[in-house]
Amino acid sequence: MKRKKTATNVHVAEAADIHAVVALDAAITGTDKAAYWNDIFERFAGSNQRRKRYFLVAKSGDNELLGFIVGEIRAWEFGSPPCGWVLALSVSPDQRQQGIGTLLFEALCARMKHDGATTIRTMVLVNDKTNLSFFRGEGLAAGPYIELERRLD
Amino acid sequence: MKLQKASRYALYAVLHLASEPEKQFSTAEVAESYGVSIHHLAKVMRTLVRSGLIESVRGVGGGYRFSGNVRRTTLWDIIHEFESLESDIDTPDELQGNAIVVVSGLDTVMNEIDGLNRSTLDSITLKTLLRYGVENLDKAP
Repeated sequence: MKRKKTATNVHVAEAADIHAVVALDAAITGTDKAAYWNDIFERFAGSNQRRKRYFLVAKSGDNELLGFIVGEIRAWEFGSPPCGWVLALSVSPDQRQQGIGTLLFEALCARMKHDGATTIRTMVLVNDKTNLSFFRGEGLAAGPYIELERRLD
Repeated sequence: MKLQKASRYALYAVLHLASEPEKQFSTAEVAESYGVSIHHLAKVMRTLVRSGLIESVRGVGGGYRFSGNVRRTTLWDIIHEFESLESDIDTPDELQGNAIVVVSGLDTVMNEIDGLNRSTLDSITLKTLLRYGVENLDKAP
């Protein structure tokens, strides 16, 4: 049952948010990655943050984590001119369909645009219908790159 | 990739109804809008009703209306009611030697293409597609 939130605030992640980020990610993916998210926090919002890295959280009026987004403007990887990348986006399953993902995505786009990015891209698992549909709905479409891979064994 | 006629008609019909979900449309109205056979479209509409994507409304002014969720229903949800979109390279029954290698290689490529096609169609909701259409119209000279 969805609980309608009356107010949603989006702001840069703080150290106190990471416990809830770890819990939300674990609830969605089934894997606890505390060390990974603490490292991401340090590099994207904490003491080791570099420019053009972004870690935003959406929280309710009563300070409950509703979702988060991580992104970075990168340049010249794969020959690409400077471009914003969405590296992670999660919204609490019982808070979906209320525009929280869009709020986070638009907040990230605004910051990236302010910092000079003209394009935003991401990579999504081919069978991840939820995220594929979300990003399609935000206007993203197939770009000029194709991901290729092979096993090494 | 070439969609079968039934799939194309189904996409026209469901998207037409989804563009105004509060309204009902007759088969004749939809057929006329897209210049397609009313007889063929009527069969497609029956399949769409059985799938739950649309519902028939009886009585005066009756017809069909969209009964899904435009934010959840994807193009693939419609198409797969009519076809699987699996490439068929029409392989001979008995293969020998290099022919086995050639056909196996072609199968791998076709499977990759089929998977990408299905994934693309399954990622585009009706709401997104209708928005693409409006944006394209806005860009038209």
